[in-house]
Amino acid sequence: MNMAIQWVSFKTIVVKEVRRFMRIWVQTLVPPAITIALYFVIFGSLIGSRIGQMGGYDYMQFVVPGLIMMAVIQNSYGNVVSSFYGTKFQGNIEELLVSPTAEVTILLGYLAGGVLRGLAVGGIVTVLALFFTELSVESWPITISMVLMTAVVFSIAGFLNAMYANSFDDISIIPTFVLTPLIYLGGVFYSVDLLPDFWANVSLVNPILYMVNGFRYGILGVSDVSLGVSYFMLTLFMLGGFGFAMYLLTRGEKLRS
Amino acid sequence: MSVALEIKGLKKTYADGFQALKGIDLHVRQGDFFALLGPNGAGKSTTLGILTSVVSKSAGSVCIMGHDIDQDFQQAKQCLGVVPQEFNFNQFEKVFDILVTQGGYYGLSRALAKQRAEKYLRKLDLWDKRDTISRTLSGGMKRRLMIARALVHEPQLLVLDEPTAGVDIELRRSMWEFLTQVNEEGTTIILTTHYLEEAESLCRNIAIIDEGQIIENTSMKSLLRKLTREIFIFDTRNALQPPLELPGFTARIMDEHMLEVEIEVGKEQSLNKLFTLFDGAGIEVTSMRNKANRLEEMFVNLLKPSKIVGYDQAANSPVVEPGAAANDGAAS
Repeated sequence: MNMAIQWVSFKTIVVKEVRRFMRIWVQTLVPPAITIALYFVIFGSLIGSRIGQMGGYDYMQFVVPGLIMMAVIQNSYGNVVSSFYGTKFQGNIEELLVSPTAEVTILLGYLAGGVLRGLAVGGIVTVLALFFTELSVESWPITISMVLMTAVVFSIAGFLNAMYANSFDDISIIPTFVLTPLIYLGGVFYSVDLLPDFWANVSLVNPILYMVNGFRYGILGVSDVSLGVSYFMLTLFMLGGFGFAMYLLTRGEKLRS
Repeated sequence: MSVALEIKGLKKTYADGFQALKGIDLHVRQGDFFALLGPNGAGKSTTLGILTSVVSKSAGSVCIMGHDIDQDFQQAKQCLGVVPQEFNFNQFEKVFDILVTQGGYYGLSRALAKQRAEKYLRKLDLWDKRDTISRTLSGGMKRRLMIARALVHEPQLLVLDEPTAGVDIELRRSMWEFLTQVNEEGTTIILTTHYLEEAESLCRNIAIIDEGQIIENTSMKSLLRKLTREIFIFDTRNALQPPLELPGFTARIMDEHMLEVEIEVGKEQSLNKLFTLFDGAGIEVTSMRNKANRLEEMFVNLLKPSKIVGYDQAANSPVVEPGAAANDGAAS
């Protein structure tokens, strides 16, 4: 494999992806910022002040890491699923298939695009959060590694969704009926300690719980689950998802006849 | 001369069991302008799809410029430029960006990709449209954009799948001139088209594929030499009246000022003999033309009549047997 060609090709895909979401910033960057700002106002300022403390912190401080993570998850996923499915739908995936760009380069390029969009929106949401509460970071390495790994995992998930999708309906069904419930029930707004034992145990099968709590640990130093389990789950999903995506790409699943 | 494309025993069976290719062999020399023709569903697009990695082959081997597409896929793809039948560029990107991005996929630095993009947009008269969103281009401009995109990495082998479909005749001819120039500069070109006039005027060698098999693979000249029958249409100044005596020729009166005559080269018939007969019959010819182009005649002869959509067998059947008087065929 000619690494020089692959490197140029990777940079080309990343530049194309970043230009895409910057070109349509009104659709990609503004809506999540407004939505999350509303969460800050309603759940943080208005209702949060009556909830009191959670996990030893003001509700606003508790909920901020979860909302940042929610923005990162939704936007990493959304960027890759819409961009890669759009590429398939318009047929310009053939530009890549015909070229010397290797499958692994295609995958890494799209994942990098998803991660950058997730981080861009996460950054915007973090800045917005500073208008509502003070934010100090307990551990930068944990915070950064958690947000990066989560963005990668959900970029892979978006890629897999796009690989299998046959219509635009297929790329909205998973985010609406699977991703959103998992995020809302993944400890973004509450500590699982508040739940009855049965539901607390059910929550443990939700992978997003580990990501949100890992990130919250990085910022606040509190978590409902062990940090080691969070890293283990993220690594598992990352490697498993990447391997599966590579398998599908190499087979040309729904790309080649 | 070296080989640009070598296909051996290529087979493709789709998931539904349809066998699109039944083991084809093809050999295209470097520098050639090669036509791959066949009716719809014959296997042309499957063959090109395998070359371009959009279709997976079931068996056989493909070498592009000596690089096996299985063993040496990067080098093989680096040598190949593709103009597909359908518009498949990003409809929301600017013309210039489409070319620069394509260059990047082939490892060209951004500066070089921009330079090449300008070069080919200028050559294809699209430079003024460089900042236009591609979906707003006219059909002809989109076709030219596809060609410019395929050339941006300057491939040694260019594959064009019906590049002039839906393009007006003026633009088609300018594209022929451009492609001829690209070929003269050393790029091997493989062309599929339904405009047989296009293949006849551009290509030196030809393969005809039908039902997943190559049924003819030769030079254009050799193929056309095999054509033993040509049908001409004559427009006449004076009104034609049946019966018409043209001994030795199969003729049919189309209307009172139009006559169709079949000339069989194998029977030593010639236009000179025919014009002598016209003189004798007092027929004054104002113009003449081939009923169909020669390659089209050959193509029709080689394929089963049922395969030619719109092919009218009756129209090609002799109405008047040689030596007999012509009836008024206008009613048929």
